[in-house]
Amino acid sequence: MSSIEVGGLTMRFADVPVLRDLDLHVQTSTVTAILGSSGSGKSTLLRCIAGLLRPEAGSITIGSAVVFGDGVWVPPERRGIGLVPQEGSLFPHLTVGANVSYGLRGRDTSGRIEHLLDLVGLPGTANMRPHELSGGMQQRVAVARALAPSPHVVLLDEPFSALDAGLRDDVRQDVFAAIRATGATAILVTHDQEEAFAVADQVAVMMDATIAQQAPPADVYLTPASLDIARFVGDTVIVQARGTGSNTATSDFGDLPAHNPTRAGESGVLVFRPEDLQITGDGPVLTRAAVSTVNYHGHDTVVAARAGEQELLIRVLGRQSVKAGDEVTVRVTRPGIFFR
Amino acid sequence: MRARLTPLHIVAALAALVAVTPLVYLVVRTGSAGWETVWEILARPRTLQLSVASLGLATAVAGTCIAVGVPLAWLLTRTALPGGRLWLVVAALPLAVPSYVAAYTWLAAFPGIRGFFPAWMVLSLVSLPYVVLPVAAVLSQVDPAFDEVARTLGDGPLRSFRRTTAPLLWPAAAAGGLLTALYTLSDFGAVSLLRFDTFTRVIYTSYRAAFDRTSAAVLSLVLVALALVFVLLERAMRSRHQQWRVGAGAARRAQRIPLGPWRWPALAGVIALFGLAVAFPGVMLVRLMLQSQRFEADPGAWLAATGNTVQAAGIGAIVALALALPIGVLAARHSDRVTKSIESAAFISHALPGVVVGLSLVYLGLSIAPALYQTLAMLGFAYAVLFLSNAIGSIRSATAQVSRNLEDVARTLGDRPTTTWWRVTARLSAPGILAGALLVLVTAMKELPATLMLRPTGFETLATEMWTFTTVGSFSQAAPYAFGLVVLAAIPAFLLARLTGRRS
Repeated sequence: MSSIEVGGLTMRFADVPVLRDLDLHVQTSTVTAILGSSGSGKSTLLRCIAGLLRPEAGSITIGSAVVFGDGVWVPPERRGIGLVPQEGSLFPHLTVGANVSYGLRGRDTSGRIEHLLDLVGLPGTANMRPHELSGGMQQRVAVARALAPSPHVVLLDEPFSALDAGLRDDVRQDVFAAIRATGATAILVTHDQEEAFAVADQVAVMMDATIAQQAPPADVYLTPASLDIARFVGDTVIVQARGTGSNTATSDFGDLPAHNPTRAGESGVLVFRPEDLQITGDGPVLTRAAVSTVNYHGHDTVVAARAGEQELLIRVLGRQSVKAGDEVTVRVTRPGIFFR
Repeated sequence: MRARLTPLHIVAALAALVAVTPLVYLVVRTGSAGWETVWEILARPRTLQLSVASLGLATAVAGTCIAVGVPLAWLLTRTALPGGRLWLVVAALPLAVPSYVAAYTWLAAFPGIRGFFPAWMVLSLVSLPYVVLPVAAVLSQVDPAFDEVARTLGDGPLRSFRRTTAPLLWPAAAAGGLLTALYTLSDFGAVSLLRFDTFTRVIYTSYRAAFDRTSAAVLSLVLVALALVFVLLERAMRSRHQQWRVGAGAARRAQRIPLGPWRWPALAGVIALFGLAVAFPGVMLVRLMLQSQRFEADPGAWLAATGNTVQAAGIGAIVALALALPIGVLAARHSDRVTKSIESAAFISHALPGVVVGLSLVYLGLSIAPALYQTLAMLGFAYAVLFLSNAIGSIRSATAQVSRNLEDVARTLGDRPTTTWWRVTARLSAPGILAGALLVLVTAMKELPATLMLRPTGFETLATEMWTFTTVGSFSQAAPYAFGLVVLAAIPAFLLARLTGRRS
């Protein structure tokens, strides 16, 4: 199977940069999620890797083969990749079996079709027509079709965004189990950070036409490389603070623990996740605060509170018997990240 | 991103080049006569007189079609007119009657008629569908929610119609009117039979007279310039009209308005109109057919003419398909400047009247390619040039309906661009492409002036036979050919309707 190396990729649409000197490293047989808001250029990146778009500069290497760069340009049909587009895009004029065997070009196929349909959890559907399948089933067939020619790389362009929330998790789990079973290297483009965190070995956050951070999901969430990334990948509590020269920062609420060393006197912000704050148990007290709203989500409750000018979000497991107007003691359970 | 030229660009550019050859040749030919000669012809009072007559007729026909067509479309789609949707089918029927066949039926009934008034009436009656059908389509698609919102905001029914529905309707009506004007300007058969001198008729007679070919060429270019104005206006209107329609995607159909006591006068008006446009030519044709049985009818000649018609139009459809396919596919998939130029060049053919293409190819054949002069290949080529934009339009929209994602997937699964087209795009766009070819076939079978000028010696089609008999006043003898023409053209038209019905 193949690693993917993207270096210095640059592309503009009508003089607006869509990819700017972009680097991306994807290891063999891993799943990398490219996470970005709509219009961040993530689909463009995917289409460049597929060979469906031609960048202006940079290089793309799949395995040991340069597919773009130094005057080389390999067309998509010779890159050995599989593509799963947003809506599945099954060929409407072909049966499910013929869709799956499309890329096999006449090799012995019947066994292979059944094997792949089994793999994606749709045995016995080979003779059905695409329009007879539900959205989730279509997406599974699209994956089987992409995997059929045993590609080294599978590219998925927001493949689950059109599915119902309830269905999405099941399809997603089965699809990535199938992809991992083949050992193919996968890149998933998505705007949904939960999805990226759930399936990927590495998450590459795309912002301003380039990769802002590439790291394992937990690292992106817990130690984001910038305040923008921190806000993009989850809810934040932002406290104005000043560095002390050690792993603490001084704020209106006293000295608070920081994950990273700070320089004495530099002003910045300390960023916490809502689950880093608690209103029960012990731990250093941040402040007393007045509850403004309580949003109950079943598995957790998000309490919004206010201490003077400071807005706070606290996520607690299960149900919490506080209501708007209550006074609560907010405690810090994990150090924040300091950004200048 | 800089546009990258693909091999398809080159093939399409070559096709467009071939398609504009007749026009380019005509310009070169006219230029070689010397600008003084050209100016002398342009400055003749006769030229001005022809311009006034041609434009006057085109304006009168277009105005009539809009004035009659818009209220008619409203009656057929928005009111509870007895007969309901049946009338919409009837409204499309005049399309099956070529203008010169309609003129022929009126001439056969009233042998003395000639000049502006009959030409205006006949052309208005046959052109009515070009306004009625698009306006009716808009009216039946407009979301009634617009009207409902306007009513709740305080508009009365008339004011609401004027403020919500009319703005959607005007571009369609105007585009239809411009199309009508264009067809009137290009029409040769009806004005010639009814002896009203417009550009087309005079160009043809000067060509026949053979002593003043430069004059014919200059007049042709003036005619093309006028037609081009209408084509460009129509295109501008149509693009606006289509923008409107995107916003008008309707979930529901509007309630039909009960006409109350007005429904009988309304019905009488509709019946009278379609009586003139559809029933009269139909009945006249049948009557003339029956009369012709008393003469020595020649079934052999009739069968030969039918075969020739199908053969020549078939060649035209194949050539048009070959030229239109690369251009249509390119236009559906690319939007760079080169593509736009290719598309525009090919679109010019829409402004070329049959008489102009005929004239140009006669000159071209005589002076450059004598081997092709008066061959079926040349005639087929003329049809292809004349009806190219129809074919391109069908192929373009059929191709555009195939999602690009499907092509992307096919590419990543190992297909080259041509294989992708063949295995995916062609399969899914086949009905549309076939419809484009059929459209050319139908239109080419009814074509008259280019056929008269370019057919091989002794090669008679239904249109030329009918023309020959009618011009000498043998209306009964012309009848079987006219009848055959209408029936033959109705077959592909029927198939076309089924194809388009299946697609939607």
